[in-house]
Amino acid sequence: MFAIKKKRLIAPKVVLMEVLAPKIARKRRAGQFVILRVNDTGERFPLTIADSDAEAGTITIIFQIAGKSTALLAALNEGEAIQDVVGPLGRPTHIEKVGHVVCIGGGVGIAPVYPILRAMKEIGNRVTSIISARSKDLLILEEEMRAHSDDLKVATDDGSHGFKGFPTQILQGMMNGGERIDLVVAVGPVPLMRAVCEVTRPRGIPTVVSLNPIMVDGTGMCGGCRVSVGGKTQFVCVDGPEFDGHQVDFDLLSKRLRTYADLERASAEAHKCKIGAG
Amino acid sequence: MKPPARAPRQKMPEQSAEERVKNFREVPYGYPPETAKIEAARCLQCKTAPCRQGCPVEVRIPEFIRKIREGDFAEANRIIKGDNALPAVCGRVCPQEDQCEKLCVLAKKGESVAIGRLERFAADYGLAQAPETPPPAAPTGRRVAVVGAGPAGLTCAGDLARLGHEVTIFEAFHAPGGVLVYGIPEFRLPKAIVQAEVDALKRAGVKIELNAVIGKVETIDELLAEGFDAVFIGTGAGLPNFMGIPGENLGGVYSANEYLTRSNLMKAYRFPDFDTPIIRSRRVAVVGGGNVAMDAARTALRLGAEEVRLVYRRSREEMPARIEEIHHAEEEGVRFELLTNPIEILGDDQGRTRGMRCLRMKLGEPDASGRRRPVPMPGSEFEVELDTVIIAIGNTPNPLIPSTTPDLKVGSHGTIVADKETGLTSKARVFAGGDIVTGAATVIEAMGAGKRAARAIHAQLMGG
Ligand SMILES: Cc1cc2nc3c(=O)[nH]c(=O)nc-3n(C[C@H](O)[C@H](O)[C@H](O)COP(=O)(O)OP(=O)(O)OC[C@H]3O[C@@H](n4cnc5c(N)ncnc54)[C@H](O)[C@@H]3O)c2cc1C
Ligand code: FES
Repeated sequence: MFAIKKKRLIAPKVVLMEVLAPKIARKRRAGQFVILRVNDTGERFPLTIADSDAEAGTITIIFQIAGKSTALLAALNEGEAIQDVVGPLGRPTHIEKVGHVVCIGGGVGIAPVYPILRAMKEIGNRVTSIISARSKDLLILEEEMRAHSDDLKVATDDGSHGFKGFPTQILQGMMNGGERIDLVVAVGPVPLMRAVCEVTRPRGIPTVVSLNPIMVDGTGMCGGCRVSVGGKTQFVCVDGPEFDGHQVDFDLLSKRLRTYADLERASAEAHKCKIGAG
Repeated sequence: MKPPARAPRQKMPEQSAEERVKNFREVPYGYPPETAKIEAARCLQCKTAPCRQGCPVEVRIPEFIRKIREGDFAEANRIIKGDNALPAVCGRVCPQEDQCEKLCVLAKKGESVAIGRLERFAADYGLAQAPETPPPAAPTGRRVAVVGAGPAGLTCAGDLARLGHEVTIFEAFHAPGGVLVYGIPEFRLPKAIVQAEVDALKRAGVKIELNAVIGKVETIDELLAEGFDAVFIGTGAGLPNFMGIPGENLGGVYSANEYLTRSNLMKAYRFPDFDTPIIRSRRVAVVGGGNVAMDAARTALRLGAEEVRLVYRRSREEMPARIEEIHHAEEEGVRFELLTNPIEILGDDQGRTRGMRCLRMKLGEPDASGRRRPVPMPGSEFEVELDTVIIAIGNTPNPLIPSTTPDLKVGSHGTIVADKETGLTSKARVFAGGDIVTGAATVIEAMGAGKRAARAIHAQLMGG
């Protein structure tokens, strides 16, 4: 059992938790994730480790309440515990001093970008961050991201905060303005990552994306997380989660992500009904 | 009453095929005591006991069978347990027809003693009794880490604990058992049996740390540095092979590992009471001809598929699955599409599987494995309509540990190189056994390796 030390709602439907997992806290590096199972009947699902405190033995996870599993997790309170947490899984981000790095995070995708940003900064890169959400109240980690970025830009779909529009427009603007960009890291919904890759492709700017397919074990034994990168099949949980975005078959990824859409909707509905009745 | 001198091999009662495809309960019920005694009486009690040579852990077969015949079932179980830590498991899943029963003198007449069924009977009798906890051994003060809670790891851990060593098992999954819990389905091996065996280990003092992926959260070197005197690696052959044909990444294409893990370990067959989903297929093709393929096909039927076909590129004689499993699958309505090889999986515009293109094969010259090599027949291409494809063409070892343990020697197929008798690897104080060393094999072979390694580890710890 993994005790929840702290729980905070950081935006509507977005929860931050600090979970006691000393061994994982000690070992994990930027870009890695854990797989959780909330209770005995729960499914296994991955979440990026957003932060850790080796001294306190905790890891931080940030998630949006989307389906039944995240709803169950969000229903746990400080002092309660998660049944299973396994990690750190996946390869750490390749951190290298390249010059100017642009880190793009969309929605809850800002959470996985945060540790990458910090590692990129620590090694001596100049880092510009572009974070985005549908509206101001849904934007997470703005202060934290600002504190570690040389420059932080914000975009919201409705213009309630920062630039009105998409982060790709800001990126395009930087490129048009002749700014030198050595590396782009983008994490968020598939359409965002795909759009970022289309913007950087013509200029050949290296672009790293972090993929979020459906997973079961997280150790390479099921192949459920497979994606196609440069025409080759890769297992995201062991070969990733980060890949060269220009090589990723995003179309395949989004189709595979929809495999259980109907079943999951039914399960989430049934769950709501049960809570409603109880 | 003395049973007739030459009774026929006794059948084990089982659920009818029509009934059992609708549930996940175990198929055979096991012998009732009277039947067990009749079967036991068929044993000739050969002095040379050829059957024992067929058993990788050399269970004292004639002796336990004699006890069953005498009605002393508890003693029969004790005799088996002396050599085999998991008899209730082995009685169900061992390929006895290729091992002990093959060498039985009566086999020449076509009807070997049903050793496996008798083993199962005695073991189940034992499980139903109050557990016998062996007296604790005097602690040796030595600590051993066992990586992987499959049959190899569980056996090694149990033997070491009984010798007084402090043993901790590190298991990647949230449940111990390895293939016994995530691969082999409930209808062939009830999970309560595996749990009972694991509970017995815990009573013997074995600690189990779940959710611990060695190579990630800790390396082998870190375990040794932390104060473990020896490490046993029993991490199995968990990496699924794919065919490398177009369409393999479509929605609705599973590795057998994923399909079976979802159903068995995650209990997707009880969705939505359990949260893990699995596609409720109508038309399924399973590719492969081993036990894993049979398990996947029979699981698909139980999940409600209307049509399940098994696509195998060689002929029935070459199928590596146990005869009993092939027979069960056929009885339940799995259609065998033999000498057939898939060349492409076809998808719809949503990226879901809609069919598969195959070629007919014929058998040519024998290949390296001694089996006749299948060669495609020109112009024999055809398409089948499907919504799910399950690929069961074998597994390879997971590179996680070798890649984080630089001085661990690895063979050409990613298997860890270890001494056959002791399990010692190229690295001092590190032993290995089971599928990680042999490639995908059998439960009993893995247990045998765990047992031999425990003996060698004990000798090393107490000698030095
Ligand atoms: C579907 C299926 C059906 C089968 N049917 C039969 C049958 O009928 N009869 C038979 O004899 N054999 C059968 N087999 C084969 C048999 O199950 C295996 O040969 C046997 O389980 C191997 O045992 P093992 O202990 O070496 O490995 P496994 O059973 O694979 O156990 C390895 C364990 O190690 C864990 N692990 C892996 N990597 C790590 C890591 N880095 N850190 C921590 N833990 C780790 C895994 O999670 C797993 O629990 C079948 C196999 C399958 C897949
Ligand atoms: S999640 Fe199973 S192989 Fe990646």
